[in-house]
Amino acid sequence: MKILFVLSLVAAALAGTGCTTVQPWERGRLAEYSMRADRDPFDDSMQEHVYFTREAAAGGRGVGGGGCGCN
Amino acid sequence: MYTQACRRLEGVVLALALVMGGVAARADGGEWKAGNRLPDLSTFGLEGALPAIQGKVLVVDFWASWCGPCRASFPVLEELSRKYASQGVVLLGVNVDADAAKMEVFLKDHPVTFPVVRDAAGRLVKDAQIAAMPTTIIVGADGVIAAIHSGFSVKEGPGKLAASIEESLGKAGKKKE
Repeated sequence: MKILFVLSLVAAALAGTGCTTVQPWERGRLAEYSMRADRDPFDDSMQEHVYFTREAAAGGRGVGGGGCGCN
Repeated sequence: MYTQACRRLEGVVLALALVMGGVAARADGGEWKAGNRLPDLSTFGLEGALPAIQGKVLVVDFWASWCGPCRASFPVLEELSRKYASQGVVLLGVNVDADAAKMEVFLKDHPVTFPVVRDAAGRLVKDAQIAAMPTTIIVGADGVIAAIHSGFSVKEGPGKLAASIEESLGKAGKKKE
């Protein structure tokens, strides 16, 4: 009986996990402006700068430079 | 005490499993497809007045304020509504926004003359299991789903929707004769 109790708890815990498929009609929150990756131009330019500096790669993301992190 | 609690929990888990099983089975039922009868819309707790659809070709459009293609589709739907109203075609917009205010703002920006109801609880859209937003469903005068159009293409415009409406009108005309 105790095993059944524990199994039931585990089953309930598994059933309650947050993994779910977002249906086409449930995408309102995902479509909000605050969910956009490009909502802040200043933050975008900073991210781009960090990215190309860290990756030592020039171009490809709209930012010029040689990858030295000096510009 | 412990045994009683266990029994109660077993009951709850069993009930939960049955409910979840039922929901899963319904979701896979695929009842909204061409050739199947449209369910009674008045049983889904929609907010707003439903138009009289008896013996008319019905166009049901599922839309939301956050859906980009819906913005493009509204003028086209309005055009179709005006064009075919005299031939017994009723257009019905079904909004699936969680926030009614957002729907109102959208309708202010994209005014239409056809009736719009809100599926606040999402019961109708869940039953329909639409594959994309917007989805437009053409229902024949006999209450049978004639066609389901997923999404909206600006390039295509009203072409396919108009063709489905014309086809349903043609069938309705033949039955009358």
